[in-house]
Amino acid sequence: MNDTVSPRALTPDSFESDQEIRWCPGCGDYAIIKSVRKALADIGTDPDQVVFVSGIGCASRFPYYMATYGFHTIHGRAPAIATGVKLANPALDVWVVGGDGDMLSIGGNHTLHAIRRNIDLNILLFNNEIYGLTKGQYSPTSRVGTRSPSTPMGSVDYPVSALVFALGAGAHFIARTIDTLQKHVPDVLKRAHAHKGASFVEIIQNCIVYNDGVFDDFTAKDVAADRQLHLEHGKPLRFGKTKEKGLRFDPKSMKLEVVTLGENGVSEADLVVHDETNRTLGTMLAAMEPPDFPAALGVIYCSPAESYDHAVKAQIAAARSKAPAADLNALLRRGHTWTVDRPQA
Amino acid sequence: MAMDGSAARKQEPAERQELDSVVVRFAGDSGDGVQLTGSRFTETVALAGNDLETFPDFPAEIRAPIGTTYGVSAFQINFGSRVIMTSGDAPDVLVAFNPAALKTNVGDLKQGGLVILDVGTFNDKNFEKAGYKGNPLEDGSLTRHRIFPIDVSKHTLEAVKDSGVNKRDGLRAKNFWALGLVDWMYDRDVAPTIKWIESKFSKEPEIAKANIAALKAGHAFGETAEMPDGVRGFTLRRAELAPGLYRTITGTESLAYGLIVGAKLAGLDLFFSSYPITPASAVLHALAGLKAFGVTTFQAEDEIAAIGAAIGAAYAGALGITSSSGPGIALKTEALGLAITTELPLIVLDTQRAGPSTGMPTKTEQSDLNLAVYGRNGDAPLIVLSARSPGDAFDVAIEAVRLATQFMTPVIVLSDTYISNAAEPWLVPDVGSYEPFPVGFRTNPEGFHPFVRDEKLARPWVKPGTPGLAHRVGGLEKNYNSGNISYDPINHQRMTDARKAKIDGVANAIPEQAVEQGETTGRLAVVGWGSTYGPIYRAVSNVRRDGKAVSHIHLRHIWPMPRNLGELLKGFDQILVPEMNTGQLVGMLRNQYLVPAEGLNKVMGRPFTISEIEAAIRSKLD
Repeated sequence: MNDTVSPRALTPDSFESDQEIRWCPGCGDYAIIKSVRKALADIGTDPDQVVFVSGIGCASRFPYYMATYGFHTIHGRAPAIATGVKLANPALDVWVVGGDGDMLSIGGNHTLHAIRRNIDLNILLFNNEIYGLTKGQYSPTSRVGTRSPSTPMGSVDYPVSALVFALGAGAHFIARTIDTLQKHVPDVLKRAHAHKGASFVEIIQNCIVYNDGVFDDFTAKDVAADRQLHLEHGKPLRFGKTKEKGLRFDPKSMKLEVVTLGENGVSEADLVVHDETNRTLGTMLAAMEPPDFPAALGVIYCSPAESYDHAVKAQIAAARSKAPAADLNALLRRGHTWTVDRPQA
Repeated sequence: MAMDGSAARKQEPAERQELDSVVVRFAGDSGDGVQLTGSRFTETVALAGNDLETFPDFPAEIRAPIGTTYGVSAFQINFGSRVIMTSGDAPDVLVAFNPAALKTNVGDLKQGGLVILDVGTFNDKNFEKAGYKGNPLEDGSLTRHRIFPIDVSKHTLEAVKDSGVNKRDGLRAKNFWALGLVDWMYDRDVAPTIKWIESKFSKEPEIAKANIAALKAGHAFGETAEMPDGVRGFTLRRAELAPGLYRTITGTESLAYGLIVGAKLAGLDLFFSSYPITPASAVLHALAGLKAFGVTTFQAEDEIAAIGAAIGAAYAGALGITSSSGPGIALKTEALGLAITTELPLIVLDTQRAGPSTGMPTKTEQSDLNLAVYGRNGDAPLIVLSARSPGDAFDVAIEAVRLATQFMTPVIVLSDTYISNAAEPWLVPDVGSYEPFPVGFRTNPEGFHPFVRDEKLARPWVKPGTPGLAHRVGGLEKNYNSGNISYDPINHQRMTDARKAKIDGVANAIPEQAVEQGETTGRLAVVGWGSTYGPIYRAVSNVRRDGKAVSHIHLRHIWPMPRNLGELLKGFDQILVPEMNTGQLVGMLRNQYLVPAEGLNKVMGRPFTISEIEAAIRSKLD
C-alpha cells in the first residue's frame, strides 16, 4: 500500500500543507522541508499513506507543514509513538522527525530502542547542536566549551555522536547529510525510505539564531571539498577539490589515515573502498570529525535485516494459522469448567 | 499438646461435620509451592460446586533466603455453600510448612483454630531464622490454637520412595502431601489435581509420579491414620449459584478477556503495550499468549514508551491499551495529557499496589484514585472506572472500551493487587449476548476537520491512509473550528470547556447509581469502590440481619460520577467510605456534593476484614 503511486502526478507542492511555516527566517529547516517534499514526490508515495511523527522542539513543528497525516507529540517520545503507529498499521509510511535534544537527550532511550528493534521507521535527526525552542541552551551534541544561557562559562561535558550512538544501538541503516545540500538530502532520504527497518539519518542543520555557523568548519563553501567525504558504495574514499585526497587503512594502528594521492607513492589502489555493509568501516566513518578528518556524508552503513514490525506480524499470522477458528466463547471456556444445573433449594 | 499421632481416634466418614463455609490458609517458604497448592485446592473446591474467594499473598523477592519470615508466601481461600464475598477474615485452618510460616501467620488465626504444622522443618536453625528463641511448641505461645504437629517431610519422603526421584525432588512434593490431607479434611476429590499433575509434568513422569504419590498419601493419611482430638472430616454442600457454566477466574484473566471481547464488540484490533511491573505484568503475559485472536502485544522500553506506543496505535486506528501499577502510571501522566488533548481513545489499566514510590509491590492498596482522577498537568479530565472483583473486571474492561471509543477519550481502569491475584467462580458469559458498539471511522471528507464534534462532543476518529482526510494533531492547543494550532485566549477557554463538558456528559451514557443493599434513604450509607466491595457487602448484610437500617452503595463509574449520586447521598444522615487509602473517594464526595462523608481507612497491604467494617458501621448506628 505504501508505495502505490497516486494517479495524480506528485510534486513537492503536493506535500505542502496550508499552514504558514513559523521557523526563524534563514533556519536550516526550510531547506530540509523542501528536500523532504521533493524526496516524497520522487518516491511517489500517496500523501494519505504517509505519517509524520515528531516530538517537541523547532524541528518537531515539521508535521504541521506537511500535507500528510501527522502527529506532533511530546518531548522525546516520537519514536515510541511512531512505533505504535507502525505496529498498528505496517502499511503506513512512517517518518519520525526530531532535534538533537529531543532524540538524544529526553528521548534518547526511545531512539535507542526504535533503532535496536529495527522497526520500519525513517528517523530524521535534525542536529543543530543546540536547544532552539527553549532559547539557546547547550545540547547533548554541543561541543565542549559551548557558551549558552545555561553554560555561561562554556559547557564541560562531552557530546554524543549521533551516528556512533545509532550504530551502538544496532542500527542497520545510518546516513548523514547537510541541510543546504539540495540534491544530496533527497537522495539520502530516498535511500532511507527504501531500507526496510529503522533508517537513521542525521541532518546537519544550522540554527541561525542560537548556534549560527557552528558547522562552518566543514559546511562553508571554501572548506567543503576538503572537509566533506561523499560516500558511494563500491567507490574509493576520495575527497578534496580535485579528489586528490583519500582515506587509507593503517593495519598497525587499526585506524584510518588521510593520504594524498601521488604523494609517497600513494595510488587509488591503496585507498579504502566504501562498503555499506561493513559495520567496522561504518563505525570509523561515522566517528570521523573535522578538522583532522572529513565528515562522512551519504549512506555510511546499510545492512538490511528483518524489521520488527514484520516479525511481530509474522508471529501473529503464525498463531492465527495454527488456530484459524479462534473463538472467544471457547477462550472463555478454556480449562476446567463445571455446570450448575439449577438453583438449589 | 497433641503430638504426632498421639491422643488420636479413628475418623469415620459418617462423622463428617457439615459446614457453611471455612477459611484455609497455606503458608510456607516461597519455594515450597504454596501458591500452586492454593490454586490446585481452589480448582478442587470450585469443581465441587462451592463458592469461593482466594487471597494469594507473596513476597516481592523471587527467592528470599530459605526459612526467613520475609520469604514466607501464603495463600488463603474462603469457600462454602453460601455466597462467598471475601477471602475470609481469619483462617479456621493454617497449614504451615516451616517455623517462619507459623510465626508470620498464626496471629491471624481464629481463636481455637487449627494449625497443621510440618515439624519436619523444626530445628534450631529454622527457629533462629524465624526469630524464635526455641521450639514454639514448647514455649507456651501457641495455646490459643489447636496444633496438629506432623512430620510432613518424613511422610512425603516415605510416599515418594518408589517414584525414582532424588531426596530433593521428593521433598518438593510435600505441598501435595499436605494438599491431599486438606482434600480429605474437606471431603474434596483428588482426581482433578491428579489430572492436572499428569498434564503439567507430562515431560517429567518421575516428578509427576512423586507428586501424585504424595497427594494420595496425604489423603490416605487422613482416611486411615489416627487423628488427634479436634482434627476431623468436614463436608460442605454445593453453593447456591445461578445456573450455568462456571470456571474460576482471576482479575488478570478477566481483564485480558474483557479487553479482547471489548475490542471485538468495537470492531477494532487490539494493541497492548506495557513495561514489566509487579503486579501488572500478568496482563501482558496473558495477552501475549492470545495472538491467535489478532492481539498485538508490545513490551516497551519503559512506561512512557508503553503508553506512547498505545497512543500511536490509537492514532493509527487500533484499540490502544497500556497497563501498569502506580509508579508506572505516574510516569505515563504526561502522555495521558497528550491522549486527552488529541482526544484519542485509550485504555489505561492501573493495578494498584501499596505506595508511595516503590512501596510494597506485592501488597494491595487503593491509593491511586487521586492520581487517576486528578493526576495530570492542566485541566485534563478523563474517565475512571473501577473493578470490584475478579469476575467484575471482565465487564468493566468492556465498559472501558465502549466509553473510550464512543467518547474519544482515555479511560483509566482501576484494579488492585488483590483483584489481580484473587480467584473466584465465574458464570461464563456468552459473548454473543453483549451488544456490539462498532466504531464508525470517519471517511467522508465533506465538512471535515479533526476536531469537529458530534452530539456527544466526541471528535471523529480517522485512520491514517483514509483518502482526503490527511490531518495533523498534537499537544498544542487547537482551534475549535479547524483543529489548527491556536493560542487564542477565548479559543483556549472554549476548548478547555469542551473537553470538560465531553467527559461530564459521559454521565448521561452510564447507568444511574443503584443501591446494592438497603433503602435509598436512611441513617447510614456505606459507599465503596473497587475491591472493598466484598467485605462491605458482607458487613452491611450482617448488620442488616440484625434489623438495622444501613445501605450499601458501590461505585463502578468513578469519574464522571453517576448523575444521581449527589441526590442519592443527600438522602442519608451519615455516609461512611471504607477505602484502602487515607481518604481519597471520601474527599471527592465531599468536594463534589458537600455531603458529610467520613472515611474508614486502612493501608496495611491487606484487604479490609468484614469485622473491621462491621464494627465501624455498628458504631455509627449505636
